[in-house]
Amino acid sequence: MDFTLHVWRQPGPKAEGKMATYPVKDISPDSSFFEMMDMVNYHLLVKGEEPIALDYDCLEGICGNCSLMINGIAHGPEPGTTTCQLHMRSFKDGDHIYVEPWRAKAFPVIRDLVVDRSAFDRILQAGGFVSVNTGGAPDANAIPISKEEADLSMDAAQCIGCGACVASCKNASAMLFVGAKVAQFAHLPQGKAERTRRVLQMIEVMDKEGFGNCTNFHECEAVCPKEISVEFISEMNREYLRASIVSK
Amino acid sequence: MSAAEKFWISSIGRKILMAVTGVLLLLFIFGHMVGNLQIFIGAEALNRYAAFLQGLGELLWVIRFGLLVVFVVHIILSIQLTLENRSARPIKYRCEDTVQASLASRTMIWTGLLVLGFIILHILHFTMGVLQPEIFHEMHTKEPPDVYSIVVMGFQNIGFASFYILLMICLGFHVSHAIMSACETLGLNHSKYHPTVTKLSVILGWVIAVGYIVVPLSVLVGLVNLPAGGM
Repeated sequence: MDFTLHVWRQPGPKAEGKMATYPVKDISPDSSFFEMMDMVNYHLLVKGEEPIALDYDCLEGICGNCSLMINGIAHGPEPGTTTCQLHMRSFKDGDHIYVEPWRAKAFPVIRDLVVDRSAFDRILQAGGFVSVNTGGAPDANAIPISKEEADLSMDAAQCIGCGACVASCKNASAMLFVGAKVAQFAHLPQGKAERTRRVLQMIEVMDKEGFGNCTNFHECEAVCPKEISVEFISEMNREYLRASIVSK
Repeated sequence: MSAAEKFWISSIGRKILMAVTGVLLLLFIFGHMVGNLQIFIGAEALNRYAAFLQGLGELLWVIRFGLLVVFVVHIILSIQLTLENRSARPIKYRCEDTVQASLASRTMIWTGLLVLGFIILHILHFTMGVLQPEIFHEMHTKEPPDVYSIVVMGFQNIGFASFYILLMICLGFHVSHAIMSACETLGLNHSKYHPTVTKLSVILGWVIAVGYIVVPLSVLVGLVNLPAGGM
């Protein structure tokens, strides 16, 4: 298969960026998107040019490291898929493919297609955890949790923090990410002890980081590689309203 | 700053305020629509209803002031949140696609601002009588004031009628996303009933649009006429 690739090139965080065009030839339909990108980078290196910088790690769709806005859709055209699990058979021979980094004030570009997603880490550091006091290991089944609640918690906990929700949101809002992180603990007895403090602190940091506000477009849900439901945004809203009322 | 104070400046707090003021405005929109539809009962019914509203006296001003506050909060917050949302993505995508965000959801600020412009003109037209002063003042010399004739003569003007019709389509569009969006913001989203809420939101949006449009449309096509012996 042959493609024409339009890629965002930016040498550094402060540098001017622009779209560059690269013709790509003889790509197997069964090669992954990153194998195709590797071919492009191989040819760039042979020519003595700087290869395209991009993020990936596990190549199994579970680590949340890969990103890329492909033809205007986060993680490309296939639903419920990370870019590393995307194959070239999802495109048509001769296609023009536009590849851009996540765009958000809170996710500044470091280089080419690599963005700084540490804003997500700072939100998690503010409350996305359960405090564990030291002592003897408690029995695993000492606290009863219903199957339904455990399932709901797991649905939210599937979030891999890739940032596709922010990238696809017309407002660059992080509310699906934060909603999932708030909800995964809100459904478990271990998480309930800190629920008030957690949601207040996470929302405060989220607002400070410069993400936009949710207007219920549902674009986030559509591109989320883990298909996390916008129901968790509503749950976060409920948690936040409750916490604002009950906290001192 | 206490959590309650932080709530009002937070993203979610302001979203909830948008939703609550939106729901209040929706109640007004619905009430106004039902009031308008009395034009189909006849001139007497509409004029009696108008006289009843005017007869509320001070209470009418309390309602008007309350409405104004709700409107202003809704409008200021929407502009502020939209500006924040724009600045959250300083560099736009060169190639941007939309998977499932509805057109109504993406144009809320524009349909909202159009409706704001409409409301200003509407108040100048039917409440203050600035746009068609001769008709307005003549009909207000009657006892009770002949609101029915003011409306009919207003909409016999094809310019006014088509302006009202177009802007009410905008309002219907705005409401079709608004109801479902308000429910989600207020935390009322559950897979059990939310698909129904989403459908109802669209249906209600169009019910409101049609409910408002039938009045100018009926005048325009001659279904509603001036009373015999009137002007």
